[in-house]
Amino acid sequence: MQRTYEVMFIVRPDMPEEEVEKLVSTLESNVTSAGGTVKSVERMGKRRLAYVVRKFHEGLYVLLTIEGTGQAIHELERRMRVTEPVIKFLTVRVDEEQKRLAKIKKIRDSKVRRKPESAAAAAGSEPAAVSV
Amino acid sequence: MADESNPTTPPAPAPAAPAERPAGGERPAHGERPARGPRPGGPRGDRKFFRRKKVCKFCVEKIDAINYKDVRLLQQFVAERGKIIPRRLTGVCTPHQRRLTAAIKQARNIALLPFAAR
Repeated sequence: MQRTYEVMFIVRPDMPEEEVEKLVSTLESNVTSAGGTVKSVERMGKRRLAYVVRKFHEGLYVLLTIEGTGQAIHELERRMRVTEPVIKFLTVRVDEEQKRLAKIKKIRDSKVRRKPESAAAAAGSEPAAVSV
Repeated sequence: MADESNPTTPPAPAPAAPAERPAGGERPAHGERPARGPRPGGPRGDRKFFRRKKVCKFCVEKIDAINYKDVRLLQQFVAERGKIIPRRLTGVCTPHQRRLTAAIKQARNIALLPFAAR
């Protein structure tokens, strides 16, 4: 069952840039070997944490968008748990939400297309009301 | 910041205004506020005054996606201490409050929002 997930994780802030790079690429290869595909990698940069995590006040946020099975995600999470520089992670399944949003958008678009007609009709009736 | 007093003093005239203030600047509804009622009366105080109807920000601005990454948006619905502001103060409709709550809890989990500030 192919599903879309967002995996956000925080890397400790005192890690050098190239090591973070290396860490991200190893995690990516973990995903691909487990049968998933990494659709995008977004580095969100250093951010202040809302609370202290393992005595760190800030962290490097990385967001992965992954398409794959639950097993692939399970394996990735297990890896992250044992990877010491990753101080926190969160996995969110997004495909259902995307489907919902697409549906809403479709309804919105169809309404927008209908709107110009009704606006024209309203404009046509208005002068008549004024003359009365 | 502005809604600091919200959770502690619900009957004061404060809730109606500060709940909407964060978005007030860019909202089209802001301009028509004085026209609708003389002033936002207290929820329990002046019954004869026209109470401004609270509207759901997500319905009005047609915000479909309530995402845990959108800290700016979520922060408007979190009190200073980090608590989720109840629906009766913000006017958010039930379906949106449900999604909002879920998003805030996700954001807390990844340290974007605090569980408890200070």
